[in-house]
Amino acid sequence: MLEKNKKKMTQVYAFLAFIVIAMPVVANNYVMNTFSDVFFYVVVCLGLNIVVGYAGLLDLGYAAFFAVGAYTTAILTSNFGMNFWLTIPFAILFSAVSGVIIGGPTLRLRSDYLAIVTLGFGEIVRITARNLKITGGSGGIFGIERPSFFGIEMNGNIHYYYAFLILAFLAIFISYRLQYSRLGRAWQYVREDEDAAEAMGINRVRVKLAAYVIGAVFGGVAGSFFAVKMTAISPETFMFTQSILILLGVVIGGMGKIPGVICGAFVLVLFPEIFRFVGDMRLLAFALIMLILMLKRPQGIWPERLG
Amino acid sequence: MSTLDIFFQQLVNGLILGSFYSLVALGYSMVYGIIKLLNFAHGDVYMVGSFVGLILLGLLSPFLGAGWAGILVAMIISMILVGLLGVLIQRVAYVPMLSAPRLSILITALAVSMVLYNFVMASTSGEYKAFPVDLGYEGVEFGNVFITYTQIILVSSTAILMTVLHFFISRTMLGKAMRAIAIDQDACRLMGINVTSIIALTFFVGSALACAAGVMAGVYYGSIHFFMGFLIGLKAFTAAVIGGIGSIPGAVLGGLILGLLEAFGTQLPFIGSEWKDVFAFGILILLLLFKPTGLLGKTEIERM
Repeated sequence: MLEKNKKKMTQVYAFLAFIVIAMPVVANNYVMNTFSDVFFYVVVCLGLNIVVGYAGLLDLGYAAFFAVGAYTTAILTSNFGMNFWLTIPFAILFSAVSGVIIGGPTLRLRSDYLAIVTLGFGEIVRITARNLKITGGSGGIFGIERPSFFGIEMNGNIHYYYAFLILAFLAIFISYRLQYSRLGRAWQYVREDEDAAEAMGINRVRVKLAAYVIGAVFGGVAGSFFAVKMTAISPETFMFTQSILILLGVVIGGMGKIPGVICGAFVLVLFPEIFRFVGDMRLLAFALIMLILMLKRPQGIWPERLG
Repeated sequence: MSTLDIFFQQLVNGLILGSFYSLVALGYSMVYGIIKLLNFAHGDVYMVGSFVGLILLGLLSPFLGAGWAGILVAMIISMILVGLLGVLIQRVAYVPMLSAPRLSILITALAVSMVLYNFVMASTSGEYKAFPVDLGYEGVEFGNVFITYTQIILVSSTAILMTVLHFFISRTMLGKAMRAIAIDQDACRLMGINVTSIIALTFFVGSALACAAGVMAGVYYGSIHFFMGFLIGLKAFTAAVIGGIGSIPGAVLGGLILGLLEAFGTQLPFIGSEWKDVFAFGILILLLLFKPTGLLGKTEIERM
């Protein structure tokens, strides 16, 4: 029975993958742009899911990592004339380092303290970006050069559709591999019972730090691509509400479960697009949905099944 | 202005700022002390309080004018209304979640905060609203330092509110029940204390104090905005942690310290006013790392 289910699920996933790969044949620019946003949120939500879902650490400043990646790419390409693809390793390096800087000292804190400290860190990053010269101050950086991929100039929606689709597939693959790895099981253990995990020989701080760093790298890489897709970034892109939006994606779908988080990312982007007519009220509607969801179904739409 | 004058001017600014922080920090600390919940929505309760005060002032000013009489009445009524809002939030959002995992209840608190500020944002179209008061700029002068009557009245009303709170908590039966619940809920239940309603009362008092701060901030700054609760929520939490979260004198002390630090911090070389928020959060982070119990907090056995 289980085997059969698994086979069926694989077929369903293959079918879905085929649809998203083939979609640009029929889709117009608006749909492709919307879906590249969806894939972008799949990547960042999966990144945050590693921190919140797998390791159980509430991070309210995730947009900071995304900002580090975006600014790294923007500064290196605009000020130093570096090729976009070469900036990605730097974005990974800097976001990983910022993961260590934020995670290292705070991981000893209790979960609610951690939440507020990460929130503070997120604000510090944003305010720093606003006040420094190299980050372009409150105006941000604009005119970021579009990259080329084997001679193809990446300037159409279709290019970013595929770029983010590939990133999303990569993120899903890595998340999936991590979930069932030794590290993934350690995260789950630490999340459920920290003291017992430590008693079993799991290095609590190192395991949590790993979650932070890997989550940060997801955000950083997504940020790099975000910078070249938008060609302009400003500190206001990385406000607290951005972190909350990403967290919302993780929570709505169901923390810890990959298909759930993907669902969450879809809801995050498609809900405001579909309910455009609600206008100003749509964020309110979103907030109410989140509240009701937390009260009635705290495990999310498609939660992780333990067992 | 001489250095000494700047010192006294910043002292006044810091005290005003600090008294707002203290009032909001009290709500964080009281709720945390009793149910160990970090009430993310508290900053937004302060913001809603400010808007309720604005509406009431608009309704009352034809009868009471735009002076202190109108402000006082509007403040008292809005404190009661917002106190009830606090109780409503507790009933709807937190009571069902008390036995849930910590992460879920934190996210619920976050959701409440989003509901409040998005509601205000949608109903004010995200605009700044001017506070309809007219208090003039008279004041007293000490050398080159000028203090308006508004500043004096605001700081003394904060002091009055805190004194009342102090006597309420230390001298009345209800206050005693609150302190008892913070120590051991189950024992309180056995002793016949109605734990649920005392927790509701805590939310009422905390929210009413935040509302008072909100109305005073509106009077002081002259205009209010839906996003004003976010930053002060964060700062007040910082203040509560500085003083030792759960401790009531600590919240007051922490608020004043943070207000003064911020006021003087802007005078330091290389740290302009654009870095003042970074300064405050930096203090929070350092404090949590080296002394998470704060200045007046009790040491807990539980790992921080």
